[in-house]
Parts: sequence; C-alpha cells; structure tokens
Amino acid sequence: MKALLRRDLILAIRAGGGFGLGLAFFLIVTVLVPFGVGPQSELLSRIAPGILWLGALLACLLSLDRLLALDWEDGTLDLLATSPLPLEAALSIKALAHWITTGLPLVLAAPVFGVLLSLPQPGYFWLVISLVLGTPALSVIGTFGAALTVGVKRGGLLMSLLVLPLYVPTLIFGAEVARRGAEGMQTTTPLLMLAGITLGVIAIMPFASAVALRVNLR
Amino acid sequence: MSMTEETPIPKRPSGFWSYANPVKFLGFSERVLPALCWLSGLCLVVGLIWGFFFTPDDFRQGSTVKIIYLHVPSALMAINAWFMMLVASLIWIIRRHHVSALAAKAAAPVGVVMTLIALFTGAVWGQPMWGTWWAWDPRLTSFLILFLFYLGYMALWAAIDDPDTAADLTSVLCLVGSVFAVLSRYAVNFWNQGLHQGASLSLDKEENVADVFYFPLLVCIAGFVLIFLALVLYRTGTEIRLRRTRALQAREEARS
Amino acid sequence: MTLTIRDLCVARGGLPVLEGLNFSLAPGQALILRGPNGSGKTTLLRTLAGLQPPLSGEIIAGEDQIAYAAHSDGLKAMLTVAENLTFWADVFGQRDIETAIDAFSLDPLRDRLAGTLSAGQKRRLGLARMLITGRPIWMLDEPTVSLDVDAVALFASAVRAHLGAGGAALIATHIDLGLEAEVLDVTPFRAAHDARLGASDEAFL
Repeated sequence: MKALLRRDLILAIRAGGGFGLGLAFFLIVTVLVPFGVGPQSELLSRIAPGILWLGALLACLLSLDRLLALDWEDGTLDLLATSPLPLEAALSIKALAHWITTGLPLVLAAPVFGVLLSLPQPGYFWLVISLVLGTPALSVIGTFGAALTVGVKRGGLLMSLLVLPLYVPTLIFGAEVARRGAEGMQTTTPLLMLAGITLGVIAIMPFASAVALRVNLR
Repeated sequence: MSMTEETPIPKRPSGFWSYANPVKFLGFSERVLPALCWLSGLCLVVGLIWGFFFTPDDFRQGSTVKIIYLHVPSALMAINAWFMMLVASLIWIIRRHHVSALAAKAAAPVGVVMTLIALFTGAVWGQPMWGTWWAWDPRLTSFLILFLFYLGYMALWAAIDDPDTAADLTSVLCLVGSVFAVLSRYAVNFWNQGLHQGASLSLDKEENVADVFYFPLLVCIAGFVLIFLALVLYRTGTEIRLRRTRALQAREEARS
Repeated sequence: MTLTIRDLCVARGGLPVLEGLNFSLAPGQALILRGPNGSGKTTLLRTLAGLQPPLSGEIIAGEDQIAYAAHSDGLKAMLTVAENLTFWADVFGQRDIETAIDAFSLDPLRDRLAGTLSAGQKRRLGLARMLITGRPIWMLDEPTVSLDVDAVALFASAVRAHLGAGGAALIATHIDLGLEAEVLDVTPFRAAHDARLGASDEAFL
C-alpha cells in the first residue's frame, strides 16, 4: 500500500501539473470572482467563505479524471486487480494520493486567497479547519465518480455531472462552518456534521468504488 | 454440437419472480397496459375537472390553490419514482433479473418529467403567492437536487455501451445517490435555517388542505400513480424489445 | 497448486464465446493457447485471472496463484525501469528484482525512464514483472508481440526456468517458443449460439 502511495506521489511530481494545476485553477477562480461581483470589500468578505469553498471544490473536481484514467489506459488497473492488494485498499490509497496532491495544497493556499477576498479575521482558522475536514471527502467521493466513468471515453463531463450532486452535503456543511466562523458564530453543529460525513464517506465509499471499478474491468 | 441437448434448462420459478422472465413480463404488461391507461386517464380527467371546477376558491389563496392538483401528485411521484428505481436496482444487484434493471432505466425519464412538473407548477404557484418564481426553500432546493441526480443517472445509462455493465454501474450509482439524496435533504434543511429566518414561505400542505380539496386530490394522486405505472410498464416493454433485437442481431452476426 | 478447469464457459459482451473447456495445468507444465483472432483467448485468460466471472463451470486454483500479463504492460512512463519493477515487487510483497532484471537483461536500462524505452524493451520490462510476482501460474496474453528473436529466446528461457522451478504457464501465442508444451486449440470449443448457456442476452430470446 505504501508502494502505491509513493508511486502516485512520485508520478504526480514528475509528470507535472499534479500539485500546481489545481492550485492555479483555484487562484484564477478567486481572482475572477471580484471581476464578476465588483470590488467592494464588504460584499467580498461576506461571500468569501462560500467562494473559497466552491473554488476548492472545482479545483478538486478538475483533477479527478486523471485519478484512474491513466492507470486504466496503460493496463495498471488490470494488474492491480489481480494483485494481492484489495481493490478497496488500492482505491483508498489513490484517493489519499489525490488528496495530498490536490486537497492539501488547497487547504494550505486557502488563507492566502482569503486575503484576496478580504475574508474577516476570525474566518481564517475556520476556513482551514473546514477544508481540512471536508476536502478528504471530496477526494473519496471523486474516486467513486472516477471509478464509475473510467470505461467511458471522454468521461470528464459525465463524471462532473455524477460527482457534483454528491458534493452537495459536504459543500453545504463545509461552507457553513467557514461562514459561521467568519461571522464569529458557533460552528459546532456544522463542524460535527462535516466531520461525520467525511468519516462515513471514507469508511464506506471505497467499497462502492471498488464494485464500480470491478464492473468496469470486466 | 451435442451440447445443446445436454445443457439443462433451468427450472422456471413460479409466482412473483416468474415475471422476471422478459417474455413473460411482456405478455403480462401487454395484458394490463390498456386497462392501466384507461384507468389513469379516467382518474386524471375526473380528478382534475373536479379539482379545477367543482371546488371553492381558497379564502387566502384564491383560485391559484388549484394548481395543487398537479403539484402535489407530481412531487409525490418524483420521489416515488426514485424509490422504485432504488428497489429495482437492489433487485438487479441481488437477483440479476434483467427486467428489473430495465424497469429502473425506464422509470428515470418518467421520474425526471415528474420532477420537472413539480418544479414548474411550484414556480407558477409560487409567483402569485410568494411574489417570486423561485425561492431557495428547502423543499424546492431538494427537488432541484433530485433533478440533478436523475440527470446523472440517465447520463450514465446513456454513456455506457454494454447493457449489463450499464445496469451494474447505474445500480451502484442509484444506491449511493439515494444515500446522498437523503443527506442532501437534511443538509439543505440545515442550510436554509442557517440563512433565512424560518421557513415562512413554505406551506404545510397537510394542515392547510380541507376535505373539499382533499378528495379530488386523492383521485389525482391515484391518476398520477396509475399513469406512472403505465408509462414505466410501456417503457420497460420497449427496453426489453430493444435488448431482444440486439440479442437477435448478435446471434446472427455470430452465426455468419 | 494445479490449475483445473471444468466445463468452463466464458462470455464476452453478453455472448458466450467458448464453452465446454476442460483442462488442467500441473506444476512444471506449460500450455499454449491457439486460435484465430476473436476466438476468445483473451477472454479466457481474463476469466482465469479473475477479472471477469465465468458464465458457468469451475476454475479450481489456490488463492493468489495466478499472475496475469495483458496486452498492455501497466508501465509508468515517468518511472525508471527499476522503479517500475520495485513498485510491483512491493505490491506483490516481494523484495528481489535483480533476478528479473538479469533474466530479461534489463541491467543497462535500469535507470532509464520507461517512457523512453522502445516497444520491445517495454515488453521485456512487462514480462520481467511476471518473475517479480512470485506466483506459480503465469497467464500470458501474446507475450512475444514486438519482441525480436533474441528477446523471444530470453523469454523462452525465463519460462523454462519458471517451469523447472515448479511453476506453470498458460500462453496465448502464435510463435513457436521451442518449449516442451502441449497446444490447446480453442477453435473446437467455440460456443454454439443456439445453446442456452445463461449469457445475459439470451434471457431475451
């Protein structure tokens, strides 16, 4: 399992674009929003938590189609499926690798982008907390979407259509934590819900992903 | 080859599961379809005419209340269609009956139309009542999300060539989607509470509806249930015939 | 660890392609699969490797006995030869990659990125992976594609060494490898399309 994680990380670094691309996309979204809604800082600071969450979510989505498609094309998935490593574990590891290369940089960069959107002072801490808790769920759910559509040529758009509705609960609770945090309100309830969803998804989704992938490998 | 005679023909199951045989299912659906169509048409005509012309105007809402006879039944069927797809998907996953997978496939477009009717009539009703075509009320939002789930489900069916693979994948999506649809429903409830002060816009139908409105509504609901069943049976029949054509073609190609 | 196949029927895309297959593969034995394109050799190998379920019949083999090599080698262009092999060694819980590197004389290529290899060199690397799995039964699908004469000889001697060590191999190929192996032509086992074998589309006929 460690070998798979190491390999995916090395590939992400060497192939380029693994770490940087999602982050650059996140930055562009953040820069474009003020052009769309205007530069008034009180308006920006009100919508900042939601925009940052949405940007992180889209950046995460953007890199999902590479998650399994490359291994599918060169036959690695066939060989992995016949290896002693359970497919559920392999997919969990791949989701973890995706989170490290996409979710983690987003979490780290989010406070910087928060400055651009004049996020209120107490919001930074809660924004980071909510992203740390929420983005793993985005990667794991995304792995499920990738497993469903791996056999479909040009499945990227289809995968977005399948995955985005599944992101609704995570987005709602994650953005709610960030928003309440920014407004100095109590965050416990949405925080617990967010953590619960993420944990549940991590525990159960890999099984659904493995079922879908096995069907696609048949 | 002599294999043909030696292969044992599996014993045909009796009772409910015997309709899992496509040929038997087709025979059954052809027998009940005319009756279903007439009955649903009758219920809808009676229910809608009764509802539109023979009920008093609501003291608060005036005649706009009558859109309830389209709105409530379609909303009900929008949810029930997804529930039926969930059950059919489970049957496919557990018992591998093709008819079940095809019934789930057939129900999706019907469900999506029901969802659209519910959303559209909701907007038409909401405009005079709330002064807006759309509000991010938890119920409305949930239906919009349900609509997205339907779209994804249908797109996945359409994208995959091999019918069995498509049936397997859409079934998994339906199961996972159901869980997330319920989660989204609660999340949306929570979210809206957080944003607005109470749900002042939403009506609680059960409490508002008096008997004069209630009975024609029941007839309309019955009509929508029947027309849903009729459409699903009809569409399932079409899907079965499509698969049959495909199987025959494949056999011809393999022979030549 | 003998692989035994009893009355196996395999399907591709909902249609049965091969039926009534019976054979067994004992340690030290190799079996060459022959048959025209589209006759179901790949489907049979994928079924035996556990990637798809058989339509009917039995596959009797121990747990985790089979190593499978498909048309594509599952190589990562951005990893070196040694890294590719080490990865698979880790996945299969093995340590030693030197034997495999020697057997397919990959030593001079060891630190080259797999993406820069020629087609034949890639294939050699893909086949070297079989040695690394440490599994006794090899399933090889057209292993000699894009190999030159010398590389075919390397491959044949690797298979011979594997058989000598008590392994077994099932090879779909058209080339004579010079192995002491039985040949199984799958053509006679082509599924008769009038037979009701339970393939998915037959429920509709």
